[in-house]
Amino acid sequence: MIKDLICVACPLGCPINVTLDENGTVTDVTGNTCKRGFEYANTECTNPTRSLTTTVKVDGGKLPVVPVKSSSALPKGIMFECMKVINAACLKAPVKIGDVVVKDILNTGIDIVATNEVKA
Amino acid sequence: MFYDIAIIGAGVIGSLTARKLSEYNLKIALLEKCNDVACATSKANSGIVHAGFDARPGTIKAKLNVDGAKMMPEVCETLHVPYKDIGSLVVAFSEEEMKTLEKLYQRGITNGLDADSMEIIDKDALFKMEPNISPNAVGALLAKTAGIVCPYELTIAAAECAATNGVEFLRNCGVTAIKFENDTFILSTEQGEISAKYIINAAGLHADNISRMIGDDSVNIKARLGEYALLDKSVGGVVNHVIFQCPTELGKGVLVSPTVDGNVIVGPTTVEVEDKDSVSIAQEALKNVFKSACLSVPSLSMRNTITSFGGLRAHDVTSDFVIGASKVNGKFINVAGIESPGLASSPAIAEYVAEVFESIYDGTLEKKTNYNPSRKEPVKFREMTDDQRRELIAKNNTYGRIICRCETVTEGEIIDAINSPVGARDVDGVKRRTRAGMGRCQSGFCGSKVMEILSRELNVPINEITKFGGKSDILYERTK
Amino acid sequence: MKGRNKVNSTLKYDLVVIGGGPAGMAAALEAKNNGVEKIIILERAETLGGILEQCIHTGFGLHYFGEELSGPEYAHRFIELVEQTDIEVKTDTMVISISKDRIVTAVNKEDGFIQINATAIILAMGCRERPRGALDISGSRASGVMTAGAAQKFVNIDGYMPGKKIVILGSGDIGLIMARRMTLEGAEVKMVCELMPYSGGLTRNIVQCLDDFGIPLKLSCTVIEVHGNERVEGITIAQVDKNRNIIEGTQEFVECDTLLLSVGLIPENELSKQIGIDMDGITSGPVVNEMRETSLSGVFACGNVLQVHDLVDYVTKESQIAGLGAAKFIANGGSADAKYAFTKGINGVRYIVPQRVNINSTEEIKLYFRVGDVYKNSKVVVSVGDEVLYEKRKQKLAPGEMENVTLTVEMLGKIKENDEIIVAIKER
Repeated sequence: MIKDLICVACPLGCPINVTLDENGTVTDVTGNTCKRGFEYANTECTNPTRSLTTTVKVDGGKLPVVPVKSSSALPKGIMFECMKVINAACLKAPVKIGDVVVKDILNTGIDIVATNEVKA
Repeated sequence: MFYDIAIIGAGVIGSLTARKLSEYNLKIALLEKCNDVACATSKANSGIVHAGFDARPGTIKAKLNVDGAKMMPEVCETLHVPYKDIGSLVVAFSEEEMKTLEKLYQRGITNGLDADSMEIIDKDALFKMEPNISPNAVGALLAKTAGIVCPYELTIAAAECAATNGVEFLRNCGVTAIKFENDTFILSTEQGEISAKYIINAAGLHADNISRMIGDDSVNIKARLGEYALLDKSVGGVVNHVIFQCPTELGKGVLVSPTVDGNVIVGPTTVEVEDKDSVSIAQEALKNVFKSACLSVPSLSMRNTITSFGGLRAHDVTSDFVIGASKVNGKFINVAGIESPGLASSPAIAEYVAEVFESIYDGTLEKKTNYNPSRKEPVKFREMTDDQRRELIAKNNTYGRIICRCETVTEGEIIDAINSPVGARDVDGVKRRTRAGMGRCQSGFCGSKVMEILSRELNVPINEITKFGGKSDILYERTK
Repeated sequence: MKGRNKVNSTLKYDLVVIGGGPAGMAAALEAKNNGVEKIIILERAETLGGILEQCIHTGFGLHYFGEELSGPEYAHRFIELVEQTDIEVKTDTMVISISKDRIVTAVNKEDGFIQINATAIILAMGCRERPRGALDISGSRASGVMTAGAAQKFVNIDGYMPGKKIVILGSGDIGLIMARRMTLEGAEVKMVCELMPYSGGLTRNIVQCLDDFGIPLKLSCTVIEVHGNERVEGITIAQVDKNRNIIEGTQEFVECDTLLLSVGLIPENELSKQIGIDMDGITSGPVVNEMRETSLSGVFACGNVLQVHDLVDYVTKESQIAGLGAAKFIANGGSADAKYAFTKGINGVRYIVPQRVNINSTEEIKLYFRVGDVYKNSKVVVSVGDEVLYEKRKQKLAPGEMENVTLTVEMLGKIKENDEIIVAIKER
């Protein structure tokens, strides 16, 4: 079967066609203008991933929350479950960029890290 | 709680009346159903102090308008409220309308205006005064004693003065029932029971509901919606006077006027509405208002609108003010139906109510020896010179933190607004006292900062800060 | 490092940068790297970083750093660089006026009233969001109507939810980002309405913020009324025709408690207007030359105050040009041998920055522009008079994406003083 999608690897947004066989394996990719598009098309059809950014509670800091991100893209389907885990977490000020909030979230091997600092 | 007088309604009428009556050694309560003074009509009108030629001769409106307009400049000066005596022009676009101007002039004389305070001027004189007036104008009636004032600033100032002289302001205190027992009124309110010897009903749109609580059905209020557009200060000089069109049966028509703060106000519409408690502005109506306003000032453009607002006016079916002791209970004074020229009349209305009160009072009235007719002058950083600013910040550095960029409002002024007698308790209250949020970005930048300051000064979590009290919450729960 | 004000004396700096966001920081750093000695950044928020501090999503720095960073991380790279220099920074400091002779007046709690004599000024004040008051929305003044950026600050900085059932008006990037953000934080985003027949945001945001969450995007649709006495209880939407007029009968009530507005960004040029510099009516920013110098010599502008950008990477590049321009000005004064030609956008090109270019420039000059509609498979043509200087095929051009063309030194050689350099779209 053929899937139409728009690549979001960069702002160009090339329209890509992906052909999959009965097992869901990608057999052909057309329409991409670069390698990242090719890679995106492959993962999007077999194991779509997304970067997660949100905030996490901070105790004893100048601000009550600090922004965080997933250290790399997470499987798209577990976004809300990840949010539950992150919302249960709490950091103690001071927080530095890169501080690990949740290690290996939901066994993905991916961490949730702070992306800003919070002074105590 | 026991009071000599309970004044119901803290609009401009209730507040000026409270100020006047606080001259006496009496315990006075000023009750208000909303979270602040000036929450209904008094915050949403054109701010015009009419000269007094428009009201029908022989009406209480006519008398009190002329008297009130004469008193206004001094009252404003005493209360540190900006007033500008810019005068008004009723513009005629035909010879027919010029005849109407004649009638208005005569009516002004009948109502008590000095002959030399009005003048019918021709096209040339008009264009010299107002270069942006439509070339179709043929003449105008100039009324020199007309002016502009900020109606809610006047209300706030009067209420602060009253509070300084001992009047107790009770907010979120709507009156639900009134009994009269043992020569005393018992008011059931949202804050509990209150007893008072005398009641002054200045409840605006709900004055008829209040008077019916004592069995008096002589007051019948219909709500009339007036919608206005407020234009950016950059077009502030488009007119120099209040510009009226010739009046019709529906009212004074669409006006274009500078405001005391340098904006331009265009409006109002006139729509009778059922619901006395909700104000909904129709953009279509505003478009029509602009079309009409452009007949007077063709260069007006909706593109300069920074916001629009609406206000309900309390129209009594008798088409006049209803001011006097109730026939049902002589200790209950109605001050109702105060639609236009209510603002212009307000200082005179307060005096008139005081006279009525004096005539019904059982006993000898004593005046306070320490009565202060003024109030603390509010700091206005945006109006100060650099040297004054330097000095101010050196004395109190909270004036060194600018919160509202568009209107140059400092943290110190916001703190003052919250902590003054009859202080602000919500975002709109801070806005009306300081102008924070009234500029071009309409609180886009300062909104959250104003909430932070309110939260800190009132010692409540920031998500309990509302826009204007009641259920006007802004924030819900914490995210984490 | 904070400066100390001496009471009643005016301070002297080579360069005053107004605004400590990505634009101001990049400009200050470039000026420092080009030899400017006394530099001060005046920032009205409590920290440097500007609007990036609340833009916690990723997508920043793909071009400039080759990495995908969040807003605060991108800002932090520059904050660290600034801290390593002797560039002075005053935060919580608001510039209240600037004068034609480059005196900057600012206030803050710590120093009080500050006056600075600047040799050069860089305007980097950013932009603000278009408020409701400027829109055609009828109805009540209930709480629950705010700009998307204001909601973003409440959620990401203050840590509070501003609503539970949300409708978003405007499909620009801020609206799309907030659709996702609010959904992740547990709100129900019912729809995003867009007045135009196309979205103003990046396609990747449509996919990742709306499609991923099943949030409908309604094009040619706008909000016409707000309902609710105290808090928003719902809104009325309606379809519009190609002239953006309401189509009768398409009105529909949508229950919600929050309306977020993402309907345009306006460069914040209050201070610029105070000194009477020439303004461009389309960008709403100052008219500048290729060094980003305004019509007042020694005053430069960069970042969103000059033109609304969609990628902060371009803000950084533009601001570096301004920083360099300021450095050259401080070292040499104005360029006496500058001869200017003017840029003009036609046939779909809405505006071009810079508006003036020095044809004697010894470096190539990039012209940045935006188109007014979506163009597929078209050409960007740069010409002077009858001569075509340059042509480029573009698969897709959209209003939401800033484009650029380069004037090489060779091309500049073909342009004469006062020529009009036309940039136009030619459809196939």
